[in-house]
This record gives sequence, structure tokens and C-alpha cells, in this order.
Amino acid sequence: MTLAELKTGQKAVVSGFKEYSPLTQRIMQLGVLEDTVLEVLRRAPAGDPIEIRLLGYALSLRQSEASLIELRDIR
Amino acid sequence: MNIAASGDRPQAQKHGHGPTPVIAVIGNPNIGKSTLFNQLTGLRQKIANFPGVTVEKHVGTVTLTSGDANIVDLPGTYSLSANSPDEMIVADVLYGQVEDTEIPDMVLVVVDASTLRRNLFLVSQVIEAGLPTVVALNMVDVAEANGINIDVERLGAELGVRVIPVNAARGQGIDAVKGAMVDALQQPHLSSLNVLPDVRKASAELARELRDAGNHVEDYEVERALVDAGGYAEQRLQRACTTDIIPQLEAVRERLSPDRPLGASEAHRRYAWINALADEVETSAVKTGVSLTERLDAVVSHPLAGSVLFVLVMAIVFQSVFAWATPLMDSIDAVAGALSDRLNASLPEGALTSLLVDGVIAGVGSVVIFLPQILILFAFIIVLEDSGYMARAAFMMDRVMRACGLSGTSFVPMLSSFACAVPGIMATRIIPNRRDRIATILAAPFMTCSARLPVYALLISAFVPQQTYLAGIINLQGMVLFGLYLLGIVGGVTTAWLFKRTALRGPTPSFLMELPPYRLPNLKSLLIRLWERARIFLVRAGTVIFSVAVIIWALVYFPHPQSIQDEFDMKREIAALKYDGEVLAQRLNDLDNQQAAAYLEQSYLGRIGKTIEPIFRPLGWDWKVSSAVVASFPAREVVIAVMGTIYAVGGEVDEESAGLRKRITAATWPDGSKVFTLPMVIGLLVFYAFCLQCVATVAAIGRETDSWRWPVIAWVYMTALGYAGAFLVVQLGSAG
Repeated sequence: MTLAELKTGQKAVVSGFKEYSPLTQRIMQLGVLEDTVLEVLRRAPAGDPIEIRLLGYALSLRQSEASLIELRDIR
Repeated sequence: MNIAASGDRPQAQKHGHGPTPVIAVIGNPNIGKSTLFNQLTGLRQKIANFPGVTVEKHVGTVTLTSGDANIVDLPGTYSLSANSPDEMIVADVLYGQVEDTEIPDMVLVVVDASTLRRNLFLVSQVIEAGLPTVVALNMVDVAEANGINIDVERLGAELGVRVIPVNAARGQGIDAVKGAMVDALQQPHLSSLNVLPDVRKASAELARELRDAGNHVEDYEVERALVDAGGYAEQRLQRACTTDIIPQLEAVRERLSPDRPLGASEAHRRYAWINALADEVETSAVKTGVSLTERLDAVVSHPLAGSVLFVLVMAIVFQSVFAWATPLMDSIDAVAGALSDRLNASLPEGALTSLLVDGVIAGVGSVVIFLPQILILFAFIIVLEDSGYMARAAFMMDRVMRACGLSGTSFVPMLSSFACAVPGIMATRIIPNRRDRIATILAAPFMTCSARLPVYALLISAFVPQQTYLAGIINLQGMVLFGLYLLGIVGGVTTAWLFKRTALRGPTPSFLMELPPYRLPNLKSLLIRLWERARIFLVRAGTVIFSVAVIIWALVYFPHPQSIQDEFDMKREIAALKYDGEVLAQRLNDLDNQQAAAYLEQSYLGRIGKTIEPIFRPLGWDWKVSSAVVASFPAREVVIAVMGTIYAVGGEVDEESAGLRKRITAATWPDGSKVFTLPMVIGLLVFYAFCLQCVATVAAIGRETDSWRWPVIAWVYMTALGYAGAFLVVQLGSAG
């Protein structure tokens, strides 16, 4: 399952990435890494982009970007 | 922790310092970095550009006990990786590779204590750059409110640098930061921190190899190129080298990190180090309750409530721009009028008096009068930005922006363009995708900039009735202004969509953006930035607009033939023989007006206007309007100054109608019909909404797209659109 499918209010742990690119490198530098716990806070109108919380801050990213992030331990 | 020897910079070129030391300020976006910078410098700062790229460079002076130091505020960034030339500037400054900016004597890293881990990523990269470093730990109060306590002493010891807790917004800890700066300047100390010693070593080796092969490269450039596969540093290194270096880079990456890409490896190793460090220095209590940001976001980022709020906020902003500015504008007008009267009364009639009164005071005064509106608009933009609302607007607008092929990141440059397209176009550097950048650049000049505001304000206040609805809450003039803003937005969005569908086709880019917590904007910082904007506007009014006002005055005043004076003197004598009393006074007054009009028709500007009048005739413009519009192609707000000059010099002498708006209302065609009819005025407004009348913007487009093609395309496209729009309005208005 990827972050794009995680429901609003759910938490999960990052398990990996679908690809490696400057985009995913930037995502990693922002702290979205394997074993990072994150939570979907809300979705913008039309469900995209999404706002997630990690490491004590809020980050927005698009569904297409969220779909590159694989998750485990969904709560 | 890591004690691997490093920190010395054999490759960095020390430029050799003058007596004034240089301090660089660096940090993540949205953490109060600019507020701290403003606290350190006060008004002793200015905005310039970094050479080669068009990133805004804020430089200031800070007074330390050891003397003055120059301080450079670098753009906010999360890492030293670069996907664009804009992002590369931070690393280049730290390594002394930017012309005009000496290698810093020390670096001040600003850190948000409430998001320590994410901030430490950049901190570790900056410390490894090998310059004396001081960390300013900002927002300790916010962290504590969130239940986070940080052992400052321990953090400093682990990083090997001084860590000073500050509250930039309240101005607390500023003296301690200054003290640490003095220490770092007088007894430079380098941290031995090195999270990735193997990468550092391999980069130095590869750089030596490349230099031995005759290439001019720096160690840090190679290190960034190695780590950021496919990034900007790699492309730049390839351009700097004569041979294909990608295979070499790939081989080193493979050797350093066989299991995963080196860039991923860097992120993982740094965060592993960060987490170990943070676990030692940070204690967080279990937080109870819902934070203010979360409660506000339940409304602000709500799909329906948030959208309604957004429209409401924008409407309030534009209503206020009109309503609050009026008393201030009236007093500026009164001062200019009094000054003109004094000069007219005390100086002899002639070219010099005319230059001062009709050229300088009328021209510059009619532009300066719009300063209150510009300041109010800027104050709103700054407050929306600093409070964190702007990021929410981008979040809410992303889906909409994508409909025209752009992203929410284009929203901020577009919104900045409401103040001025030049910084807006410069702000497009945050958009990594070139096609998106160009589309945003083409859309940006459509946004209603502060220079369009005077034109709108003048025409609206002169020709749109002062009606209010709903007990005075809605004001018709304000609504017309709001409509013009919407027209600009529609024009820009349609343009971006059109170009993204045709010349700039390509995949949609990323949208990674932090949504910072809501904060109260800092008043001192707000005032400093407002002052900076006011200064830029006034300097522009004092230079470009002053020069154009004088040139236009000369075009209007000269050749001023004596024959006209003689002809009208004779007519006055005849009138004096024929009439007397009030009839004579009226007759003489008419003759004065006719004489002024005769001079104007004979003038150089009159001749230019008449030559081009046929082109603008279908838009309902006479030669006066045509001249004013043509003269305003270098800078659109000049049209007010030109009209001011044209109508003052050709002035219908009437003590009651001193203002320009009254003079243009009275302007007529030779047959006596009004020039400024409602369709013509709306057409003129549409023309100004679309047309690209700004040399600075054209130049910025050229620089940012690095070509002459795009500015030419933009200019022709926008001018044609303006003409077509005005033509359509006038034809429809006349038919109806």
C-alpha cells in the first residue's frame, strides 16, 4: 500500500520508495525515510494534494508523489 | 561523535578580506530567519541580486562590539542539494564561488527548535562546509509549548559549535547571538563534524583526478554532483568538464553505496545520525489537546469553508486598498497642489516654472499619490505570508492551478506579481520544472501589479459612480477594481493553459511544500519590509518616472513657437476692443485655453500622437490618449504622469477642477462629444489589464528564460490581446 491510499486520520510507517529520482531524494531529505511514522492530516478540495504530519511538522504533497511512498503497519 | 579529520578547506579560494567581515545567514524556510535578520540589521539593509542568477540577495550591516559586519540573508532551503540554479546559490555562497560575495567569515544557521530533526539535516551539511558556525535556536517557546525540551549545551557540544537560544519575533537573545558572532570572528573555531567521511574523501579524490585532466572544478561541486544524481550540480559539473564524467560518477557512487542510490544513502545516514543526536538532547512530553494550528486548519483548509474564506479574504484586501487609502491620498494631493500654487505665484511665467510645476510636481506627484494603496496591499501580502495563510492558499489552489497545467508553487509567484511582476517572475525560480517556470513567467505579468493600480484607480474614481449597496458594505468602485483583478487572473490562467497545451507541453511537476504553523506576524519585520518596498517604489518614482516626466514635459512644451503667442495676443487685443466686463473675462479665458491647446497640437508629442492616432481610433482614443499610452510603454504607471502633464499644460483653467480626474472627465473631441465615454474607459482599462507596458518586466523575462524569444513573444502576445480586448469592448459598447 502507498501513501496515496492512506485514509485521512490514519497513521503508517514508511517501508520504501517505488523509484529513485531527484524528487524522491528531496522527499527523503525532508525526513520521509524508511521507518518514519507519518499521518494523513487532510486532503485539499478534490482530494488532492494531501497534507501529512511527520517529525513534528506538516508537509503537503500530491497524490502522484504520495503514490511513490510505500507503507507498512497501517493504523 | 564523528571525529574524522576534516574541516580544512584546501580548495576553497579565500578571496582576501577587507576590514569588514562577512556573515552568511542560512536556514530552512518559514522558521523566522528573515525576522532574525531584520532584528540584527534593522533598517541598515538593502535588496540586491546575486550575479548570474536572479535570486534576491538581502544584505545588511550588523553592529558588533568588534565593529560592523556585513550580513547576507540566503534563500531558505532544506538542504544543499540543488535542482535549479536558484538552489545552487546557497552552496556557492558558502564556498565563496559567487562573484561580488566574499567567502563568509562565519555562518549563522537559524534552526526551528520545534522541528529540530528536519532542521539538523541542513545544519550538518552547513557545518561540514568548513566555516566557523553559530546556531541560533529559534522558537524554543513554541517547542516548549509543544512539550519539547532541548538540552542546548549538549546540542552545542555534539555539533561542535555554539548554540544560542533566541526568540527572533520578540527580539530575545539577539545580544547573545551577536556575542557568539564576535567570538566566532575573533577566535575562529571549526567543528570536526563529518557525517559522511567516505563521501568527502572520494569526492576529493575524484576532484583531483578531474583537475589533473585539466578541468576547473572544486571539491564541493564534485561532492554535490556525486550525491545529487540527476540534479543541477551534476549537469553543471558535466558542462565544466571536457569529457563525459557520468560513468566516472556512477563508478564512485556504486563503490560508496552498492545497495542503494548514494543520495538515498546520504539522507539515511544523516537522519540516522540526527535521530541518535536528537534522542540524546531532546525530551518530549506527551502532548495533550489540539494545537491552535490544527484548530484553525479545520476551518482554513476545509474544502468548502476554506474556499469561502479565501474569496472573502481577497475581497476584504481589495476593499481596504480603496477605502483606507483615500484620506492619505487626498492629503498628498493637497500638498502637491499647494506646492504648485506657491511656485506659480512666486516664479515668473516661462519654461522653468512650467518644467517644475507641470513636469516635475504634476508628473511625480501623480505617481507618488498611489504610495498609500501600494503600502496597504503590501502589508496584506506580507501578513498573509508571515501568518502562514499563503501556504494554505497554495495547498487549496494546487488542484485549480493544475487545471491550467501549473502547480500550487506557481501560486506564490503569481500572487507576488500582484505587487510587481518583476519579483514575481524572479520568484518562479522556486519552480524546478523549466516548462512550468516559463508558463508561470508568461502568466505573471497579467496579474494586476501595483503599477496598474494607479491607472485603474484614476479611471475608476473618475468614471465609475460612487454607489454603495448593502448599507455601505459593498462599494461599486471597489467591485469594479475586484473585477479587473479577476480579469487579470483569468488572462494569466488562460495564457498558462494555452502555452502548456501547445509550446510548453510536458508532464506536471512536483508539489512538495511545508505548511508552517500559524503565527502572528512580527510588527518590526513587517515595517522594515514595508519601508523597503516604499523605498523601491519611491526610488523608481524619483528616477525612471521623474526622467520620463521631464522628457514628456519637454515633448509637450517644445517647440513652443512665438507665432502662436503673437497670434493669440492679437486675438486678445481684438476681443478687448469688442467686449467688456464679464463677457470679456470669459472670452479671454477661452482664448487662454485655445492657446494652450494650440501649443499642445504643435508640440512634438502632439505630432507623434496625431501620427499614430489612426491606429488607436477604433478604440475611441484621441491623440492625447494615444500619446499618453504610447509614452507609457516603458512603465505603465507613467501614463498618469503623462496625462497629468498633457492636461495640465493644455489645461482648461478652472480653479474648481484642479485634479486630473476632473480634467479628463471634461476632455472632448473637436465636435464637442466626450472622449472618455464609458465603453472607451472600460476598453482602456482592459487594454491596461492585458498589455505588457513595463521595460523591467520584459528584461526580467529575458533574463529568467535566458532567451530573447520569450520576451518578444510575451510582448507581442500581450499587446495584441490588449488591443483586441479594448476593440471588442468599444465596439460592443457602441453597438449597444
